[in-house]
Amino acid sequence: MAGIWVYAEHKDGKLKSTAAQLLTGARTLAETLSEEVVAVLLGSGVEAMAAPLGPLGADKVLVADAQPLGQYLTEPYCHVLTTLMKERQPSIFLGPASSIGKDLFPRVAARLQTGLASDCTGIGLTENKDLKLKRPVYAGKAFIEVVISGRPAMASIRPNTLTPKPADSSKTALSEKISVSIPPEAFRVKLKEVVKGKSEKVDLTEASIIVSGGRAMQNSENYKILWDLASAFGEGATVGASRAAVDSSYASHDMQVGQTGKVVNPNLYIACGISGAIQHLAGMRTSKVIVAINKDPEAPIFQKADFGIVGDLFKLVPALIEEIKKIKAHD
Amino acid sequence: MNIVVCMKQVPDTETKIRLKEGNGGIQTDGVKWIINPYCEFAVEEALRIRERNGGQGTVTLVCMGPDRAVESIRTALAMGVDKAIHLNDPLFEGSDNFGVAKILARAIQTIPHDIILCGKQAVDDDASQVPQILAEQLNIPHVMVVEKMEVDVANKKVTTSRRIEGGAKEVLEVPLPAVFGADKGMNEPRYASLPGIMKAKSKEVKKVTAADLGLKPEEIGVAAAKVKIQAYSLPPERQAGKKIEGGDPAQVAHELAKWLREEARVI
Ligand SMILES: Cc1cc2nc3c(=O)[nH]c(=O)nc-3n(C[C@H](O)[C@H](O)[C@H](O)COP(=O)(O)OP(=O)(O)OC[C@H]3O[C@@H](n4cnc5c(N)ncnc54)[C@H](O)[C@@H]3O)c2cc1C
Ligand SMILES: Nc1ncnc2c1ncn2[C@@H]1O[C@H](COP(=O)(O)O)[C@@H](O)[C@H]1O
Repeated sequence: MAGIWVYAEHKDGKLKSTAAQLLTGARTLAETLSEEVVAVLLGSGVEAMAAPLGPLGADKVLVADAQPLGQYLTEPYCHVLTTLMKERQPSIFLGPASSIGKDLFPRVAARLQTGLASDCTGIGLTENKDLKLKRPVYAGKAFIEVVISGRPAMASIRPNTLTPKPADSSKTALSEKISVSIPPEAFRVKLKEVVKGKSEKVDLTEASIIVSGGRAMQNSENYKILWDLASAFGEGATVGASRAAVDSSYASHDMQVGQTGKVVNPNLYIACGISGAIQHLAGMRTSKVIVAINKDPEAPIFQKADFGIVGDLFKLVPALIEEIKKIKAHD
Repeated sequence: MNIVVCMKQVPDTETKIRLKEGNGGIQTDGVKWIINPYCEFAVEEALRIRERNGGQGTVTLVCMGPDRAVESIRTALAMGVDKAIHLNDPLFEGSDNFGVAKILARAIQTIPHDIILCGKQAVDDDASQVPQILAEQLNIPHVMVVEKMEVDVANKKVTTSRRIEGGAKEVLEVPLPAVFGADKGMNEPRYASLPGIMKAKSKEVKKVTAADLGLKPEEIGVAAAKVKIQAYSLPPERQAGKKIEGGDPAQVAHELAKWLREEARVI
């Protein structure tokens, strides 16, 4: 019973939504493999987050709670994880394709000399019970199916790919505290400073709703209406931009969606004044629902939109804010 | 300061992807090949670091790829890179990220390297794995999604800032040698100048094979891949859905909100 492990990411003392998503995926695999589901929790002062992982699907939680893990750094985290994995030999290790997951997982896989598929959008098992994954390549213009037969098989999963099951409060997980000892060599890179972003909003890659503005926004001030619309949708909603808008300094770099920006996977993507260039589509084509607002009835974005509105975004967005507020007021 | 840039040649981002019959990957005829955009930032940064450093040190390009990659290697040389190692061997084909990193590591071990610049991601496999695996194999640190580098030559260290979530940044101090994965926005890559293009013709491009690196066939290529590709597919075409033209904005917005809640069920 080697176990299917899940990296439980957290921020500001709260589990990230990916933890529940990954645990749901791990549970499905566990049914076929008859193995236990283990969540690993790394950080400083994180013990309180162990209990909620049981109802979300973990049989067991390994808690590595130590002051030096208070800030994420690749090598200390890599050391703790690989030491644990060598000792306990999990068969599968899943993590989020988040900023931390994308940085950490390849290094962990390299140290264990094992296979990793990154940024996957589908997960399953072959007839031989090997881990099978689907992942986008060529900016989502194609998909590959890959199989990892070595152990541990590792994968990072794109946020919002797996729909989490609601927490089952009758379930609890056994929590085990891990003693942490990290050699000084692991601290050769020093974190000097964390410069906070302008918005404390949810990150684009994890957002469930994104309102995006393009060149049509004309200036940075006009983005206010998009932020207002995102606020009307509530938690989990944020604002994105096209490269044209970023290049014109209407929006900041970290807001760019697309091939050379962020690849996003929300439930709802609203493109306002974005034409739908192939490099932009590359970043948002897996969105579950796409809405486009554009003046030009011929804009290519309409070919990808589930709901298209031909019209002026400066009239439509304010009207939509009112409508969403009305709906939310009744909830 | 000796700088190594790992560059991958990839299809142009405008390419319409078509598949070969029977899972053979993508059709490459008619594809325009370019320097991976993130690797272009890496090339530019290497040149700027050397310029800021009074032109001291060598910038060496390392590229694993078939014959056609020579064209992109020449482009980088024309931008100002000093010389190149072209890892070109049919045995390399079909390597997974681990295999590629292993081949790059072997090659880099043979040359002086203080800074190794990569792209944060290759826009064909979109893996974002090779730089980290490479760093692990060389037993040196890596920093990914880098937007800024300040090199302290005397103390052999780099102060770098990298993008993390929510628009936040981390400032890190990294002892050299180390691997850096360049992100967009790090710089504006230059165009090759005409004299640059002329000069590039006489610069050295050294072809290196598996045997040159002491790598056995079973250690690399498809055979050694830990991650095996089983099938290629195209994404389901998104169908255009409802489209409303004209009408009163308030009415249209009402219809959209209703649709989002009752039909799409996303709010
Ligand atoms: C290597 C490479 C990488 C790239 N990477 C990216 C990337 O990551 N992300 C990205 O987005 N792009 C990327 N691009 C750029 C891409 O090709 C397009 O140029 C860009 O996406 C266009 O942005 P846009 O749609 O905002 O602007 P435009 O194409 O100019 O479109 C503006 C749209 O707004 C509409 N409009 C104008 N006024 C209004 C109004 N009042 N109301 C409603 N609609 C209005 C117009 O009809 C038009 O369709 C890349 C390009 C290259 C070559
Ligand atoms: N074949 C290659 N030759 C040289 N560098 C490569 C190669 N493949 C990947 N790299 C480097 O690794 C980075 C990330 O690639 P990937 O991990 O494939 O997304 C690229 O931007 C390059 O800097």
